[in-house]
Amino acid sequence: MLRLILILTVLLALPARAQQEQIVAGLSQNRVAIDTTFVGSEILVFGAVKRDRPAPDSELGVVIVIEGPTETVTVRRKERRFGIWINTEEVHASNVPSFYAVATSAAFDDVVNEEANTRRLVSIDEAIWILDRPDIADTQAFADAVIRIREEADLYTLKEDTIKLDEATLFSTAVQLPSNLVEGLYTARIYLTRGGFIVSDHISYVSVQKVGLERWLYNLAHDQPVWYGLLSLAIAIAAGYGASTAFRMLSRS
Amino acid sequence: MQIYLPIAEVSVNAFLLLGLGGLVGVLSGMFGVGGGFLMTPLLFMIGIPPAVAVATGTNQIVASSVSGVLAHLRRKTVDLKMGTVLLSGGLVGAAAGVQLFAYLRSIGQVDLLVTLSYVVFLGIIGTLMLIESVGALLRSRRMAAPKRKKHNWVHNLPIKAKFRTSGLYISVIPPVLVGFGVGVLSAIMGVGGGFIMVPAMIYILGMPTKVVVGTSLFQIIFVAAFTTLMHAYENHTVDIGLAVLLIIGGVIGAQVGTRIGLRIKAEQTRILLALLVVGVCLNLALGLLIEPSELYSIGTEG
Repeated sequence: MLRLILILTVLLALPARAQQEQIVAGLSQNRVAIDTTFVGSEILVFGAVKRDRPAPDSELGVVIVIEGPTETVTVRRKERRFGIWINTEEVHASNVPSFYAVATSAAFDDVVNEEANTRRLVSIDEAIWILDRPDIADTQAFADAVIRIREEADLYTLKEDTIKLDEATLFSTAVQLPSNLVEGLYTARIYLTRGGFIVSDHISYVSVQKVGLERWLYNLAHDQPVWYGLLSLAIAIAAGYGASTAFRMLSRS
Repeated sequence: MQIYLPIAEVSVNAFLLLGLGGLVGVLSGMFGVGGGFLMTPLLFMIGIPPAVAVATGTNQIVASSVSGVLAHLRRKTVDLKMGTVLLSGGLVGAAAGVQLFAYLRSIGQVDLLVTLSYVVFLGIIGTLMLIESVGALLRSRRMAAPKRKKHNWVHNLPIKAKFRTSGLYISVIPPVLVGFGVGVLSAIMGVGGGFIMVPAMIYILGMPTKVVVGTSLFQIIFVAAFTTLMHAYENHTVDIGLAVLLIIGGVIGAQVGTRIGLRIKAEQTRILLALLVVGVCLNLALGLLIEPSELYSIGTEG
């Protein structure tokens, strides 16, 4: 009986919470084109909070997560063996995002509480996990290493307090995409929180693709590798011959 | 000027790549080495993924070697017959090396073995060359006639052939074996193999220094072209955009280098090459001995 009441309460409470405040959002671009002069890009995420009743008292927060396509990676650790540093242990991690940018409207821990973070996989350390292995005691160290290395390469970022929130209704932020982007479908998740709990979310997608010459060369390299290889060699031989001839003419004159 | 590379998937400064190609091209023209043993580590340093750096490096080597060998052909300092013999061993060796590389990759120790083979080979060759060439330089200072070994084990093998340009009458077995060994190493290490080939030709085959550089360049063209095709076909890691920029710098550099190489004495060339080889070796050895600042590494393939 008690369980039934609990379930009913949850069922009734959920839609009520979801309806109370909703996110209406947009992105400045849904398509990022990588061409020869691509040096990175910027995505402007903006939106508003739609309410059908007065706003509650608890603290309003916004979290925006832009996540790149996931990949399977091998993480290796070096150890000193016979006096030199060599790779000894390795673990595989699947579904590791190639890019992960988090922006918040205040300090992360104030906007999203631990429970909500764990349940909705908001922060990067929640998004990456490695299966425990009996032979390796500290698999967490490998997950930490992935985050550390990618943070250093600016592929994983946490920008706290960068979302502008106007009159508890309008919000906007700009997320930088670096030049070493992986192609694919990127997701932009927006969470609205009240007192650390997620009350509404919104998801949209950004497609990152090579275009023009980049696209053509990439496709050729994968679909016609022999011709691509021969083309590379032809360029190399022609350039070598051309330079040699040009220099001979220069030194003669 | 930033340029986005289609295969490497990074954006880099075009002038940096042109300069890098030019620098390596000068060394390549001077010493008859493809320069891959310098180019590959330099490309790692500027953030090109290792697999792309190795494969694209071989394509650049083709260009600078073609450019360099043409200058040598005009001066008749290429032993085409010897080059062809070396090449026959080299292609078989490269094919075997690619298989070995794939195997090492599957057991996850390819980085270590590549670095270790660099350290071992560069160390041994560099030290020997340094000792020998300093000795030769001192002898020539004293105006003493350089001692040239008339006979060693190389001269006692069967299937002898005349190599007129080199002034040699030796068995074809040693050159084929040298070519094979260099082919294997060049496929594993992602280099043309000139830095092994040049000393092997001087010290094992006894070829005159004058023809060594041109002959080495001649056979490197074919081994590097073969390796480029293999990489393009099997790994899709040759980046044409990167290659073009390195090549433009490289072919110009190679022409300049060849001219510098002709102005300085052969013994001096050897000392410079020896110092370069020892320097790269020490740098790589330190990388193995000193605790790295980041113990972990991420690999995205396999």
